[in-house]
Amino acid sequence: MDAGPSALTVAQAAEQSCLQANDWICGEYVRTRGHELLDATVQHIGITAISVIIGLLVAFPLALVARRRRAAAGPVLGLTTVLYTVPSLAMFALLTPVFGVSAAVVITGLVMYSLTILVRNILAGLTSVPDEVREAARGMGYGAARLLFEVELPLALPAMVAGLRIATVSTVAMTTIGSVVGYGGLGNLIASGMEGFFKAEVLTATVLCVLLALVADLLLMGLQRLLTPWTRTRTRAGTRSRRGAGTTKAVA
Amino acid sequence: MDAITGAWQWLTTAANWAGEKGVWHRLGEHVYLSALCLVISCLIALPVALWLGHIGKGGALAVNISNVGRAVPTFAVLVLLTLSPLGTHGDWPTIIALVLFAVPPLLTNAYVGMREADRDVVEAARGMGMSGPQLLLRVEIPLAYPLIMTGLRSATVQVVATATLAALAGGGGLGRIITAGFGNYDTAQVVAGALLVAVLALAVEGALVLADRFFDPMRGRRRGARTAGRGTAGGTGRGDAGSGAGSGTGSGGAGRAGGSGVSERPGGLGGVGAAGRSGEPRGLGVTGGSGGSGRGGDAVASGKLA
Repeated sequence: MDAGPSALTVAQAAEQSCLQANDWICGEYVRTRGHELLDATVQHIGITAISVIIGLLVAFPLALVARRRRAAAGPVLGLTTVLYTVPSLAMFALLTPVFGVSAAVVITGLVMYSLTILVRNILAGLTSVPDEVREAARGMGYGAARLLFEVELPLALPAMVAGLRIATVSTVAMTTIGSVVGYGGLGNLIASGMEGFFKAEVLTATVLCVLLALVADLLLMGLQRLLTPWTRTRTRAGTRSRRGAGTTKAVA
Repeated sequence: MDAITGAWQWLTTAANWAGEKGVWHRLGEHVYLSALCLVISCLIALPVALWLGHIGKGGALAVNISNVGRAVPTFAVLVLLTLSPLGTHGDWPTIIALVLFAVPPLLTNAYVGMREADRDVVEAARGMGMSGPQLLLRVEIPLAYPLIMTGLRSATVQVVATATLAALAGGGGLGRIITAGFGNYDTAQVVAGALLVAVLALAVEGALVLADRFFDPMRGRRRGARTAGRGTAGGTGRGDAGSGAGSGTGSGGAGRAGGSGVSERPGGLGGVGAAGRSGEPRGLGVTGGSGGSGRGGDAVASGKLA
């Protein structure tokens, strides 16, 4: 009977002191502000996911145009490189008058940055498809669209996913800078932690952010393995049937 | 449009350029911090990378360091350093953060460049009786030059961008004009500051492209030599160094798409490093690997961080 309450008060005292002492690591903070952390994480994931998806949707046609016309390749790659060179704080600042203070500022900026990596990697993936394979498909009567989606795309997938992973991981990290307009996900907590000199808040948000990046990276790696089973089985014997199945799956 | 005319008015007001909070002072801080950190980073990263590349060890370190660096938010590091005991020591948090984020691209690219130096050429030079230092200075470094410069450009873009962010954590530099503008709800000032930062970043990048061409030890010789020396096979095969260095190039046979052919194009927008090589267990967060030609290839592969 006695031990329970006293242990509790000791624990409480320890917890209070961890908030009061402004420790870097503080379990009490995580417990009491769990909803704040959750909201910030959800916002972070949302902004990152939307940015990368839009980036992919924009980058794909750009890469196709750049591949189709040599004349377009220079300007497309050059422009994305110029955008890439602009520091993120300046990018968000320049977009603020356009969109007002909103999540659109952050998303647009992140989309522009992801384009550079995505366009180049998609282009590299498509260029890496051997000419013989393309010729063979054409010889079998594949049209341009079918060639692209059923032959070139699956073969280009590893390079594309490699680009997607780089783009996603750096987008997760850069979303934090969106806190200048109040839409930075976990970055908002880092910013408010800095203003309040609240160490636990900053460190917890940082760790969550790094974890998010790692989880996203692993998920994309897993996705690639699912989509390109033939790359795993290539070294083993008798993979022909599986390879065929893999291609259809990737296409679907 | 209002924002642009406002920004123009802000920029043409002489008072905004003078004094402690003026553009000139902030620009000076920005350039000084960036240059200082770049020099420190080169002094740390290049000797290590060149040595590791020369002896052919430490590939896992060189490649993974930039994969890890990419996942850590620059902003968070700046704030963490500011809140740490270092925070009371003036510019130190900013300097340390800048160096931390400039070292990985320098290290990785220089290392990959060294490893990508044509092994046949290196062997031939060794066979001619060149000593280790001679080999390093007269063969490997000139061959690795394009990727070393790619790393330098990548690091510079990184440093200029991170120095802008330092303003969020209370540091100096042009970013302060932007953050002060946000603080006062002064859109004109925000846009003006952003324009200044963007122009600075682009000017620095442009200057580096020119410097890269000018100092190229193989100036005028490289393109011919390259197209002759590296067919598609060479280009793709070599690209593996970027990705495979960590996991060993065991699956080299499967190695297509390593350094990709984009780079052979005139104007050289190469260096994709899209080493999404099939069958590779983990090397996917690939860096460097601009197989064909690092020329003009830029920071892309290392990922935007700030």
